[in-house]
Amino acid sequence: MHQLTIAEIIRGLRNREFSSVEITRQLLDRIEQRDGNYNSFITVTAEQALQQAGAADRRLAEGDAPALCGVPIAHKDIFCTSGVRTSCGSKMLDNFVPPYDAAVVENLQKAGAVSLGKTNMDEFAMGSSNETSYYGPVKNPWDTDRVSGGSSGGSAAAVAAQLVPGATATDTGGSIRQPAALTNTTGLKPTYGRVSRWGMVAFASSLDQAGPIARNAGDCAHLLSAMAGPDRRDSTNLQRDAGDFTADLNRSIEGLKIGVPKEYFGEGLNADTAARVQDALKEYEKLGAELVEISLPHTDLAVPAYYVIAPAEASANLSRFDGVRYGHRCENPADLRDLYMRSRGEGFGEEVKRRILVGTYALSAGYYDAYYNKAQQVRRLIKRDFVQAFEKVDVIMGPTAPSPAFGIGAKVADPVAMYLEDIYTIATNLAGLPGMSLPCGTVNNLPVGLQIIGNYLDEARILNVAHQYQQATDWHKASAA
Amino acid sequence: MEWEIVIGLEVHVQLATKSKLFSGAGTRFGAPPNTQACAVDLAMPGTLPVPNAEAFRYAAMFGLAMNAEIGRRSVFERKNYFYPDLPKGYQTTQLAEPIVGPGEIEIHLEDNSSRKVRLHHAHLEEDAGKSLHEAVFESGQGMSGIDLNRAGTPLIEIVSEPDMRSAAEAVAYLKKIHSIVTYLGISDGDMSQGSMRCDANVSVRLKGEKELGTRTELKNINSFRFVDKAIKVEAERQIDILEDGGSIVQETRLYDSDKNETRSMRSKEVANDYRYFPCPDLLPVELDENYIETLRSDMPELPDAKAARFREQYRLSAYDADQLTQELATAEFFETVAKQSGEPKLAANWMTGELAALLNREEISIEQSPVSAEHLAGLIARLKDGTISSKIAKQVFEAIADGEGDADTVIEKRGLKQVSDTGAIEKMVDEVIANSAKQVENYRNADESKRPKMMGYFVGQIMKASKGQANPQVINRILKEKLDALL
Repeated sequence: MHQLTIAEIIRGLRNREFSSVEITRQLLDRIEQRDGNYNSFITVTAEQALQQAGAADRRLAEGDAPALCGVPIAHKDIFCTSGVRTSCGSKMLDNFVPPYDAAVVENLQKAGAVSLGKTNMDEFAMGSSNETSYYGPVKNPWDTDRVSGGSSGGSAAAVAAQLVPGATATDTGGSIRQPAALTNTTGLKPTYGRVSRWGMVAFASSLDQAGPIARNAGDCAHLLSAMAGPDRRDSTNLQRDAGDFTADLNRSIEGLKIGVPKEYFGEGLNADTAARVQDALKEYEKLGAELVEISLPHTDLAVPAYYVIAPAEASANLSRFDGVRYGHRCENPADLRDLYMRSRGEGFGEEVKRRILVGTYALSAGYYDAYYNKAQQVRRLIKRDFVQAFEKVDVIMGPTAPSPAFGIGAKVADPVAMYLEDIYTIATNLAGLPGMSLPCGTVNNLPVGLQIIGNYLDEARILNVAHQYQQATDWHKASAA
Repeated sequence: MEWEIVIGLEVHVQLATKSKLFSGAGTRFGAPPNTQACAVDLAMPGTLPVPNAEAFRYAAMFGLAMNAEIGRRSVFERKNYFYPDLPKGYQTTQLAEPIVGPGEIEIHLEDNSSRKVRLHHAHLEEDAGKSLHEAVFESGQGMSGIDLNRAGTPLIEIVSEPDMRSAAEAVAYLKKIHSIVTYLGISDGDMSQGSMRCDANVSVRLKGEKELGTRTELKNINSFRFVDKAIKVEAERQIDILEDGGSIVQETRLYDSDKNETRSMRSKEVANDYRYFPCPDLLPVELDENYIETLRSDMPELPDAKAARFREQYRLSAYDADQLTQELATAEFFETVAKQSGEPKLAANWMTGELAALLNREEISIEQSPVSAEHLAGLIARLKDGTISSKIAKQVFEAIADGEGDADTVIEKRGLKQVSDTGAIEKMVDEVIANSAKQVENYRNADESKRPKMMGYFVGQIMKASKGQANPQVINRILKEKLDALL
């Protein structure tokens, strides 16, 4: 039963082939037996999950079942869950139990989904390998000596290991797509403002966006239909009705214009990864699509701009963790300054501290124009690159990550090498565009991801484009487990 | 050497919105600690701000009242610093693109002169909470408490240009701001509860000098009287230093009202770097032309317009009109008295005279006045119809103030009705003439031109005999007849 996709589970539950309690119990058992190998969960909420599953079964029996009724999922531990510890992968919030649910959690609950627990992540979503988590790195189910990618490594690994058919995740610079690529899962980062950020612990507010990771595009469409939607509590929300993202999945892609940016195939891209992506593009040609070479000339500025803007916002967003009201507080503070310094010194890990320092520096008097303002200018140029590209093409494709999963510990000492993991994903966050990663083959039995970038609010189209590929290929069905 | 004081004020006005600037929590003053603070105010992880439209409306109304440009687009920024009563570790405020741009108002001084004060800008921002350092917990010496009820309450910070040249001008400006915000109903303006707070930038320079001197910032001077005193004492301090050949340190200073002195608040004056940047959780707010025009047409009558109308409609002097329109409650009180009594001039005199003195003496506001507008109108009516003399009227006023009832009740109870009965007065006149042989003799021998003045003695005696109740006009007429008959 653990191999079932969300679409299959929805069907099975409605056809009474199995109950929600049955599949929930089986997955909980599987988590208990196997997650020791992957470390993909921080908190498992077995009791609550079985209660929710029981309630879902009753609704199914009464014929009053919402879209995802009884479907087991997991939430990245960045989403606040009422009464359940929400750590954000940090010692700082190791003791934090929110009294409210994130909008994403509420929405999935309304849709009837059953939450099995909270998945591991890089601390405060800062990382590309899940090694910055206070709870230890997530191990890639394809090779447990390798990283799962990050920051949503727990959600990606849990799906890849078939501990759960789908999970929520967030993406600030690639945190959904890169781990999806490294674990052979399908992940979608929606248009900025598509999914409410209420209750999602903020890393970089102008870039953060929640989305699903699942085993295929169809399942992502199911999850996104439940997750997205208007929310007045988030002023940056686009206040758009979600609609049904599964509606267009089967549309033909005959005549689709695919932009292939030359900058995404340059230096730094692993040759085998490049080959798998080229194979995927050829497959699309077979499906009737047309490849158009395009240029996104400011691509090389995306990583530097991002590593000014994201840390700048983070430096302010993380100021609230001061040991005063909740979260970690140092023992026996001598005075206020000591309380601040030791609580934050002890509560935050190295990467978080590095980014707070970088962000604080970038916003400081005398540097603001050179860094923050300049980065905002670059951001506008990057956005313009995409806007111009989308005048010529329907979607843009390229690699998700420059290489397959690397060894745990391999890039820990070299932050810049780690930052370059997101070289192909970061620009879409800066532009606010939707992006997906889907499996397109393996290199030495390690998965490779194809990235599809869509125009604003064009999630239905990129899901359709991904789904058509997955109808024609089986890469997404390959399993590590 | 002749010195000139240069003052600019930063006034924080708490807006009387029902909920906070970015959350739905209430804003009532004096609630038990932390009962008006929600997850947003506590800066719980994942919570987000949602701007309060009412706060924008209030701020825009203020801008219109200040004849200022209204920012068509306003942007919130984060001002970063750590403090326990600042839950997010930054204050959400406005800097580069505030809601209210440059403007100008006129202030009126006691010598009847006026002066223009330019507004640099006014911006919307959230208030911080409060740190309580004394007696917070029964046990726990040296513990501090945090009350976040006030955290997130909307404020407008109103920044003037350094256009004021004396403490009196600063007070007049502050009173004008107070009038405007209370007229608009956007704040209760209560300085004692911190609804209106004032910081003053003060510098001095030699008269005729073009450059501004080094300024100090006086923090939290929270009454009109303290603004006056603090500016005076700080200017004196600066002048003393400069005359002794010293120089002024640019710093923040605290006014100590007990000692009537200012003292340095921060030992090391390192310039704080607040690392402002646009708040990514809030989109720029755009106000369109229609919105502003609708607001403009819905604006209430403001102090200057009301004063002009009072001069015109009630024929008041400029001074009276200004005095009576400074506070909306006073203006409304006046109009009630004027209309009910039909005597606007008398109403103005009584309000700027007896009533003002009473309120001053009791240290109460006009809303708390024991003499209501109806009381005063009734009193004036009795004065006008000759039931009482103006001298008795003062007595009646005091009795009303003491809670003895309205004018008619007091007059009745105390038997203060003016005696105009000719027979009774004639009797009193006869008695006084009979008992004043010497004065009558002098009157008869006096020169014609001196006689009217000499009548004063007799009038005084008769008033005394009547306990002040005899109608002076009737006395005069009868007395003159009787005395002239003796010539």
